[in-house]
Amino acid sequence: MPLPKLKFDKTKCAECKAISCLVKCQYMDFKDKDKAKKEWQKVINGEDSSVLKSCTTCYACEEYCPFGNHPFYLIVERQEEKGILPAPRPIITMWINQCQPVGRFMVGKVEERALSYCLLPQFNTLVKGKLFDGIALSVIFGQEFFCNAVYLHYAKASVIKDRLPKIVENIKKQGIKELVCLHDECYGTFTSLTSAYDIDMPFKPIHYYEYLYGRLKELKDLIKPLNIKAAYQRNCSARLCPEIDHYVDDIFGLLGVERVKREYDRENALCCAEIFRMAMGPVLADDVQKRNINDMVRFGAEYCVFNCPACWDSLAHKVVKQGIKPIHMIDLCKLAIGEEQALKLPELVAEV
Amino acid sequence: MTTTSALCDSLIKIVGKNFVSNQKEERYFYARDGGLMPPHEPDFVVMPKTAEEVQEIVKLANREKVPIVPKGAGLALTGLVIPQRGGIVLDMKRMDRILEVNEKARYVVVEAGVTQGVLKSYLQKHHPHLRHSIPDSPPVATIVANAVIHGQGRLSQQHGFNSDMVSGLEVVLPTGELCRIGSCSVSKYWFSKGPPLPDLSGLFLGWFGTTGIITRLGLKLYPCKKMRDIMLFLADKAELIPDIMLRLSHTEMVEDVVVSAAPLPLRFRGTFWIMAYITGDSDEELEFKRKMVWNALWEYFESRDLGFLSVSPDMKAPLMSMPSKDTSRFADVSKGGGFQYAGPITPIEKFPAFIRKLEEVATKYNVFYASTTRLIGAGHCMMFSFSFSFNRANTDEMARAKKALYECSKFALEEGGVLWKADIYEQRLLMDKMDPNTLVLMKKIKQLLDPNGIMNPGNWEVK
Ligand SMILES: Cc1cc2nc3c(=O)[nH]c(=O)nc-3n(C[C@H](O)[C@H](O)[C@H](O)COP(=O)(O)OP(=O)(O)OC[C@H]3O[C@@H](n4cnc5c(N)ncnc54)[C@H](O)[C@@H]3O)c2cc1C
Ligand code: SF4
Ligand code: SF4
Repeated sequence: MPLPKLKFDKTKCAECKAISCLVKCQYMDFKDKDKAKKEWQKVINGEDSSVLKSCTTCYACEEYCPFGNHPFYLIVERQEEKGILPAPRPIITMWINQCQPVGRFMVGKVEERALSYCLLPQFNTLVKGKLFDGIALSVIFGQEFFCNAVYLHYAKASVIKDRLPKIVENIKKQGIKELVCLHDECYGTFTSLTSAYDIDMPFKPIHYYEYLYGRLKELKDLIKPLNIKAAYQRNCSARLCPEIDHYVDDIFGLLGVERVKREYDRENALCCAEIFRMAMGPVLADDVQKRNINDMVRFGAEYCVFNCPACWDSLAHKVVKQGIKPIHMIDLCKLAIGEEQALKLPELVAEV
Repeated sequence: MTTTSALCDSLIKIVGKNFVSNQKEERYFYARDGGLMPPHEPDFVVMPKTAEEVQEIVKLANREKVPIVPKGAGLALTGLVIPQRGGIVLDMKRMDRILEVNEKARYVVVEAGVTQGVLKSYLQKHHPHLRHSIPDSPPVATIVANAVIHGQGRLSQQHGFNSDMVSGLEVVLPTGELCRIGSCSVSKYWFSKGPPLPDLSGLFLGWFGTTGIITRLGLKLYPCKKMRDIMLFLADKAELIPDIMLRLSHTEMVEDVVVSAAPLPLRFRGTFWIMAYITGDSDEELEFKRKMVWNALWEYFESRDLGFLSVSPDMKAPLMSMPSKDTSRFADVSKGGGFQYAGPITPIEKFPAFIRKLEEVATKYNVFYASTTRLIGAGHCMMFSFSFSFNRANTDEMARAKKALYECSKFALEEGGVLWKADIYEQRLLMDKMDPNTLVLMKKIKQLLDPNGIMNPGNWEVK
């Protein structure tokens, strides 16, 4: 079967005045629009461009482009065509091998509406209690259902194009009509990536924030306002589905949580940066993490609310050191309805 | 020779009836280990409690010309505790006292049955700022036997073989005398196994129990920092591994360097996982060490040949555990309790050739393989394991694993490696290659110490 092709409309770029994809980039200096336009034209033309080497793969330009033209996916395509490695080769090999669908997956009692754990075991810890009444057993987990968006970090659009249609088919085969994606990246994949690559979607992806918001409204009587100030940790794949961000405010509103107005939130968010460590070494990663956490402290956050378990793994123990309590969004909702936080801080300083 | 029942009575007189057995079940169990050597039953299993009892047993065995095989946990896996000529297996487990920890001179004195696990938890509880070099064998392995086979552990990159960390011995000689080796032979302190005296520990370490039975052992302890972390690097070119190991050890910041390679689970396929462990008393110390490690490897990172993998907490836990849980997990990957490895000690430059051989042999014999390499000393050598796991119920698979293992051992020897905890077959390979005058020396030592040839016969037997 031929691989799906990226729908990228260069005429949109020709008409674009703002070139926001590059001008807003936090990791490259393209404040000068003319310079940005020229450089971006090189990317479109498939010529060598500094963008291809300097891109940190933060995904953010997917959000910056006001026309939904998928600039980041184009960067990934071009990097792959030119053999540019955004991360060391062995790391890319490891990722490609570890997520290969080889028939190892787990399904619960799957119904038409199901939860996707992606490939993240943390959800087994998180999915507990009233929030998941009636759906907790309807679960899929494993490589066969893995969204594959991670290869965007590794200039491997080909792997996504090869595997994603099969993943979609695997989910369909389970008879699933509505898939509640607990990993935000799955939602981004099944909305943004599938649309960019024209992959048919035989089921409806639902972001778990939408699901939580709906459940919380049903459980409204149980909610005791938390009255806390929280920093929200926006993750890389949130850039693939910025239309979901309002649910953070909606849920916080129901729970009595103040989303601190800090420098690095919303469009200007900083990701967890751990991918930078693997791609570029520790200097940029440490700097981004430090700026991000200092910003949380500066704006008086008591909690740091995580969307993505991978961000949790990278940052939870670091925010604690600054006196901020880490909590996953699902657990935050649980706290408000009188249940316990399930995902706790890992013991990182292991036995000696 | 006295009748079996008279011998049994004599043994009972020494250790009591609960600690002697010639029953079928015990003979069956003590006839084998988890490896590939064929079983051979002992006549008796005896569990002494004191050095005096060991002396009595040895004297009796000499009178009766009965073989004795001292045994720890039997986890060396190369048949070293299988009584090739029957006789007595001396299970040392009851000699399980930790006798002394000298905090200021940083050593511990243990009896022969004290296990790695027990010493680890004892130190954690009573002397949390001290630690020993823990090998990755299951925690029931004994401290003494590990030193006897020149094991390596978590501190070997810094301090050499675990046997280099021995600081004194008490031995029952094959003729029954109790003898002290090292500083403890002239002083109440167990701080040195030899210097400044003639180092006689070499008469016992590496001899697989053929020259005496160690009843007590002094072991050097090392500072235990408050924090520990792992830095995990991935490479896909075997040729780079020796230099990467050297660069890591050049930092003098890393306590342990382990490289693993395996085709399964899939995440391991096609890459070598280089684990560098660091410790510190503060975040600042750890951070400084991380920086030094990054600096040392930066060139390979920049050329995209070496990757760094941030490790999630659930991945980190097994990697940080001591002993490594992954090693034991692999040991039973074929689900049938069979696991053996040839672990030649060899210059680190041999890594690429050894990896190629391992892959070739595994394909040839259709066996499941893995390899774990541990750096010993500041790059002075490495233990490279050709590991195979097999199902003991599958005789064909066992036979293939055996052939694979011996082919690897021969190869390692040809390449200039020296076989570690060699089984009887491998000991022969080693002795065939050995300097003839060295062999004569070994023979003289053995004859002098064990005139009746009762100690673990079959092993280190110079023809
Ligand atoms: C999964 C796995 C991982 C391993 N990893 C490591 C590792 O990282 N590092 C390492 O060094 N080893 C490793 N090993 C090998 C081995 O298990 C260890 O070296 C272990 O310490 C051996 O101890 P033992 O008590 O089992 O010895 P045994 O097998 O009982 O004995 C070994 C030898 O010592 C002799 N002996 C025993 N007690 C005495 C005594 N009191 N006096 C004189 N001789 C005596 C025996 O006769 C025998 O020749 C591993 C094994 C396994 C199964
Ligand atoms: S990708 Fe979007 S933001 Fe960038 S130039 Fe094209 S239209 Fe404009
Ligand atoms: S992905 Fe991030 S770093 Fe790369 S161009 Fe887009 S905004 Fe810049």
